[in-house]
Amino acid sequence: MYVAVKGGERAIENAHAWLAEERRGDPSVPELTIAQIREQLSLSVNRVMAEGSLYDPDLAALAIKQARGDLIEAVFLIRAYRTTLPRFGASAPVATADMACDRRVSATFKDVPGGQVLGPTFDYTHRLLDFKLAAEGETPPAPQREADPAPVPHVTGFLNQEGLIEEAPHDDTPPPDLTREPLKMPADRSLRLQALSRADEGFTLGLAYSTQRGYGRNHAFVGELRIGTVPVEMEIPELGFAIEIGEVTLTECETVNQFTGSKTEPPQFTRGYGLVFGQTERKAISMALVDRALRWEELGEDDTGAPAQDAEFVLYHADNIQATGFLEHIKLPHYVDFQSELELVRKLRRDVQSTQTKEAAE
Amino acid sequence: MNTQVLDGGFADPAPQAARAFRAVMEAMARPGTIHCLSGATPPAPLSVAAAVAILTLCDTDTPVYLAGDMDTPDVRAWIAFHTGAPFSGPATCAFALGRWDDLAPLSAYPIGSADYPDRSATLIVAVDALENSSQNLQGPGIQNTARLSLPEIPAFQANHAHFPCGLDFLFTCDDRIAGLPRSTEVS
Amino acid sequence: MTEQAYNFAYLDEQTKRMIRRAILKGLAIPGYQVPFASREMPMPYGWGTGGVQVSAAVLCPEDRMKVIDQGADDTTNAVSIRSFFERTAGVETTTSTAEASVIQTRHRVPEMALSEGQILVYQVPIPEPLRFLEPRESETRKMHSLEEYGLMHVKLYEDIARHGHIATAYAYPVKVEGRYVMDPSPIPKFDNPKLSDCAAIQLFGAGREQRIYALPPYTSVVSLDFEDHPFEASKPDHPCGLCGAEDSYLDEVIMDDAGGRMFVCSDTDFCEARRLAGHKGKDAA
Repeated sequence: MYVAVKGGERAIENAHAWLAEERRGDPSVPELTIAQIREQLSLSVNRVMAEGSLYDPDLAALAIKQARGDLIEAVFLIRAYRTTLPRFGASAPVATADMACDRRVSATFKDVPGGQVLGPTFDYTHRLLDFKLAAEGETPPAPQREADPAPVPHVTGFLNQEGLIEEAPHDDTPPPDLTREPLKMPADRSLRLQALSRADEGFTLGLAYSTQRGYGRNHAFVGELRIGTVPVEMEIPELGFAIEIGEVTLTECETVNQFTGSKTEPPQFTRGYGLVFGQTERKAISMALVDRALRWEELGEDDTGAPAQDAEFVLYHADNIQATGFLEHIKLPHYVDFQSELELVRKLRRDVQSTQTKEAAE
Repeated sequence: MNTQVLDGGFADPAPQAARAFRAVMEAMARPGTIHCLSGATPPAPLSVAAAVAILTLCDTDTPVYLAGDMDTPDVRAWIAFHTGAPFSGPATCAFALGRWDDLAPLSAYPIGSADYPDRSATLIVAVDALENSSQNLQGPGIQNTARLSLPEIPAFQANHAHFPCGLDFLFTCDDRIAGLPRSTEVS
Repeated sequence: MTEQAYNFAYLDEQTKRMIRRAILKGLAIPGYQVPFASREMPMPYGWGTGGVQVSAAVLCPEDRMKVIDQGADDTTNAVSIRSFFERTAGVETTTSTAEASVIQTRHRVPEMALSEGQILVYQVPIPEPLRFLEPRESETRKMHSLEEYGLMHVKLYEDIARHGHIATAYAYPVKVEGRYVMDPSPIPKFDNPKLSDCAAIQLFGAGREQRIYALPPYTSVVSLDFEDHPFEASKPDHPCGLCGAEDSYLDEVIMDDAGGRMFVCSDTDFCEARRLAGHKGKDAA
């Protein structure tokens, strides 16, 4: 006698209870606090803020804790929360030229006004496991000096004075909003940049790397990479002027790319651009390379068929929340579809077998 | 500001808008059926049905065109306060509101493109009578035929000829509403 | 028990208005995929976010909602979505097809004919019927606008040439009112005829792909076929082991490791109602 499986509800509840227990781990080990995650896993927090499109380190830290450290799951929690937030307005564009830089390097000039500032970087560290950290030792304070109050102008501005780099004319057109309008093709650059800024870091890195290896090659120099805080201002219609509502840490990367000229453009350097929440430099550099590769059409370059040149391919597959959801949905029951396939395969096999039998008989 | 402007919207927006939408959806899905709407007390000459439809469908993302007599300071102020919808001319509107003669010519409104036929206007037409009589309707949403009192025939036939492009209509009279999508054949 | 922290049916009113406008345009252009700005939902993309958003936009407090996955009310994802609406909209739920005013479904159309006043909301993974023939959205959009469906016919015909049959068993493409080719969602082709001339409103939501489309009641929906190879709404050739129904879609259940198997209705409500009415299949106790 067959009884259909029931009790999905209780199974789900029990699974969730087990999940909560696993998340906590061994209760004899002290529980992580949100502040610990925020302060000590800050690059994870930054990635979750960037791909979650929500700048809030505490919420990102909470999401990481809840997601057991699965950063894509944490991004998902942040995105789902973000969509429920009321929208009061749009900020004024941030002025990255006024950034208070913690880090600022240029690969194209030995020295530039504002200086090369290494900042807190893994670059030049020897990747040796530091067993002192396992012993919970105190970290000695880093040496300090006064910040230089001088402005830190964008490096590409110097090339611009010579007319050696393409113009990036000022444009006040309000950009489309990827989170409020369906993605439409062809996507203009502002829409592409929005999508890339929240795109999966691994996917973006892989695409950027593919351009370096010749799939849509456009040799890139890091003209400038800067990380620091910028004020966020918002125009208040009732006041008639903008007020500062807070500040955010951003990573900005401008690449300078070789360009031998095309039918429409003279030989000059061209730009790729990356701008991402938090200290997220791998992502920002990757974004700049992919941005540049996607610009082939407006620069009159050849379509070499490289994945990084294909805006539809890149934009429709760069969002890890869309990707992971659809990928993982194949775990859901599909037995109705499977049944119809089973039936079809059986029928096709019967046909083949009967043809073979007939042929053998003849 | 006229304080009447601040009144007359939904008292409990989520459930009221949900019920109103269901009626509007039924009207659009079943051309020729007439549904009742309630929950708004708009300034004249806006009818209850037209006002509820606007509260349910319009917001800052939908430019609204007010045709003829409908374009009064009170109506503008009421719609602006309760929905935040910007006002526009017919060519760029998402919704147009007015009496049939004032809304003409229909060529003034966006009918969508072959790629995106959904990017077309919806006209909310104020009529003096709304009954299941006169014109014959056939098409999706209609089992066999339906009847609806329409202001004329040729304009709707011309609109249907653009299918899948075209305009969609909501006819309003007091608290009653009926729909006529572009897919309906009128005779 | 409604969660007060969120709006009725979870979505904010502006999002609902955007979805509602898309639904109206979808109803006005049957079978055409209306782009909409799908929101991130608290469940993953691919798990019914499109259907959930459409349901949230049409639900009223008075509704009775039914949620099925693979035809069953008690599959895990159906349970999860049903409890989401119980929590966020406070609506009553039911497993009875006849009593439900809004039915959200994944992969099945209920066996019982639906009636006027009911709404069937489909969860759709890939709304574009041409997607596996042409991956580019810009191209498929052009094909729909030019009504250029030759590629689809070629694909189906190649199947016949190679296998003697059209080798599509589910998500079998249909043509709506002689105009748009539409994906009926991954329902078995057995269900395709139920889409045509249906008394209920049928709405289709694809969250990740950001598309909504619709079939008004009594819309003509024709499964693509050829004169010499007419469409056939096939199903496993057995009666239900529990209720004996000969005309319902069946799940195949493996009973033991010797390969013993039985066939039971995939529509659990249909099967239960029949058993309550005294029908008995050969495997019923």
